[in-house]
Amino acid sequence: MSKEPVAVVGVGQTVHTAARRDVSIAGLVREAALRALADAELTWADIDAVVIGKAPDFFEGVMMPELYLADALGAVGKPLMRVHTAGSVGGSTALVAAQLVAARIHPTVLTLAFEKQSESNAMWGLSLPVPFQQPLLAGAGGFFAPHVRAYIRRSGAPATTGTLVAYKDRLNALKNPYAHLHEHGLTLEKVRSSPMLWDPVRYSETCPSSDGACAMVLTGRAGAARAPRPPAWLHGGAMRSEPTLFAGKDFVSPRAGRDCAADVYRQAGITDPRREIDAAELYVPFSWYEPMWLENLGFAAEGEGWKLTESGATALDGELPVNPSGGVLSTNPIGASGMIRFAEAAQQVRGAAGEHQIDGARRALGHAYGGGSQFFAMWVVGTEPPAR
Amino acid sequence: MTPPADTAPVAVVAFAQTVHRRRTDELSETEMLMPVLHEVLAATGLRTADIGFTCSGSSDYLAGRAFSFTLALDGVGAWPPISESHVETDGAWAFYEAWVKLLTGETDTALVYAYGTSSAGDLRDVLSRQLDPYYTAPLWPDSIALAALQARALIDAGHTTGPALAAIAARSRADAAANPYAQLRGAVTHGDPLVHPLHTGDCPPVGDGAAALVLAAGDRARELCARPAWITGADHRTEAHALGVRDLTDSPSTRHAARRAGAFDRPLDLAELHAPFTSQEVVLRRALDLDERVRVNPSGGALAANPVMAAGLVRIGEAAAAIHRGEADRALAHATSGPCLQQNLVTVLEGEA
Repeated sequence: MSKEPVAVVGVGQTVHTAARRDVSIAGLVREAALRALADAELTWADIDAVVIGKAPDFFEGVMMPELYLADALGAVGKPLMRVHTAGSVGGSTALVAAQLVAARIHPTVLTLAFEKQSESNAMWGLSLPVPFQQPLLAGAGGFFAPHVRAYIRRSGAPATTGTLVAYKDRLNALKNPYAHLHEHGLTLEKVRSSPMLWDPVRYSETCPSSDGACAMVLTGRAGAARAPRPPAWLHGGAMRSEPTLFAGKDFVSPRAGRDCAADVYRQAGITDPRREIDAAELYVPFSWYEPMWLENLGFAAEGEGWKLTESGATALDGELPVNPSGGVLSTNPIGASGMIRFAEAAQQVRGAAGEHQIDGARRALGHAYGGGSQFFAMWVVGTEPPAR
Repeated sequence: MTPPADTAPVAVVAFAQTVHRRRTDELSETEMLMPVLHEVLAATGLRTADIGFTCSGSSDYLAGRAFSFTLALDGVGAWPPISESHVETDGAWAFYEAWVKLLTGETDTALVYAYGTSSAGDLRDVLSRQLDPYYTAPLWPDSIALAALQARALIDAGHTTGPALAAIAARSRADAAANPYAQLRGAVTHGDPLVHPLHTGDCPPVGDGAAALVLAAGDRARELCARPAWITGADHRTEAHALGVRDLTDSPSTRHAARRAGAFDRPLDLAELHAPFTSQEVVLRRALDLDERVRVNPSGGALAANPVMAAGLVRIGEAAAAIHRGEADRALAHATSGPCLQQNLVTVLEGEA
């Protein structure tokens, strides 16, 4: 039995900003979907199914918004699936869509993820009191800061590594016309003197709240042969989950992340990710998660991730560019952020990343995580069809 | 659709559900779920670590808090880490995602579960938050009022009558007398008018509950179950959201999904329909061309127990269990999502002779 190879033949995202008051939720998702269709030179009639994801419904205050969005997504008369796996959802959604193609259930699938945080209040959405459970400690930053401190203590990293990541990603974002934050005139000194929010995470080391959406058109071998532009081929994809809180949990380097990466590399035939992957789009909502994920994903040995960052290897012109798009630190429509990582990885190997293109990128990693560092979704895409 | 010819067939090999109840104040969702997970795994002898893929269905809006499914995952015992996903809708769509995963051949077992705690809020108000947030939801049209519009349209079109609806309610609840998990069982009166033309008896009970299935592919299914319920087809379709652009007396998405799932290829002997309202059974019977030879909802259906987000998965489980027991050879299971049957999923299950 053989699976159908899966190709990304269309990518579209919206312009991201703090509040897209010019569009409804339907208008926002349609903007991304139409761009993906235009990129693939396809119409709504060519789409066999739609797979949509977003983070909690409380972020917009609409229960199961896919119901209301069926018309805007051209899904009437078609299968419409809704995925929700917390912050990793954008990645999981793309993987569920890819499986529909791989299993030969549908030839061509539109997948889309969005968040329109300005419709409601994400802080409120995350802070509903639950009996017998710890409060959420002032949003996501409050939850993740202690784990960053644990990483610094464990690895002996200097206190300044995080600011290097923030400075790098915000500079990269200047080359990405869709990015939310375009901080012209930013200096490393400005990052280092920005207010401390959750020690050791400073204001400039923190992701923004964005409105935005991202869409991709996935298809099989026949669809890829008709595609007007080079496709990105799926070489490996996986999801892993572990419980939220338990005594054996390693919040600095969760086992679910390590296992997920190992599965993806196995599928893609990758034994040395540092050398075999040309660009990585990692889910880094707080700057310190770059060195942390470099270790978790096998790009650096334990305790060595910060050295890779400090060496400049993860810069746009480094040997392992991380987040050439500017990453989550520059654009964070939560439910879409994972899919943007996956889509940006695809654009790199399609040679379609524009000013933030990595020359000669042949294989790229898209990565997403969510919940209390417990849900992971990743894919590796390449310029060539998979060998299998 | 029907699976490609070169793939190993996939079957439902075990099913478990809670006793569905009006309230479960004394239980967390995790506590409600755990006995069901233990029961369905025990039926196959599998442990969490043996399962290749896990997928669940639920809704944050029922629990009244974001990320409610993250804590439910604790009940699964996801350690070492598992390959896992979640749909923010009825667990029937989690079943579909798991079925597709097994068809890729990446794994040969899957655990699917779903749960809902309708008692945490006022369900009629909560479900109104599903509607178009700019034009419809601000008016707070509730789920029973919307179902009543559909029932009115059916009566006006001559497809049913008030007494015919009452007969559906009576049959469902009489059948539920033999279902130890049902919330409303035996002789339940048709009740008082609620929203014209619906009486309380035409509407589902509000309740909490959970359900779980184990799926397996090929020879693995035969090892785990004496008479697997083979999934010979599955499909789901959506319709427009706005009620004004739909013919509420018909369900073209159900008919389309059933055709793609192969439901019309050979006769059925059982159908579990996710029809929370008596009037919706009328719509679904017409869409599926079910005649009197097909036994509909011997479990009592959603009129006897409607744990929102699990009720569709329960239909698949009930149909599969009838095949496991040898009471059916070819069964259809249907699940719905959204106001007035907006989204519909159909799967066909068969036992080997």
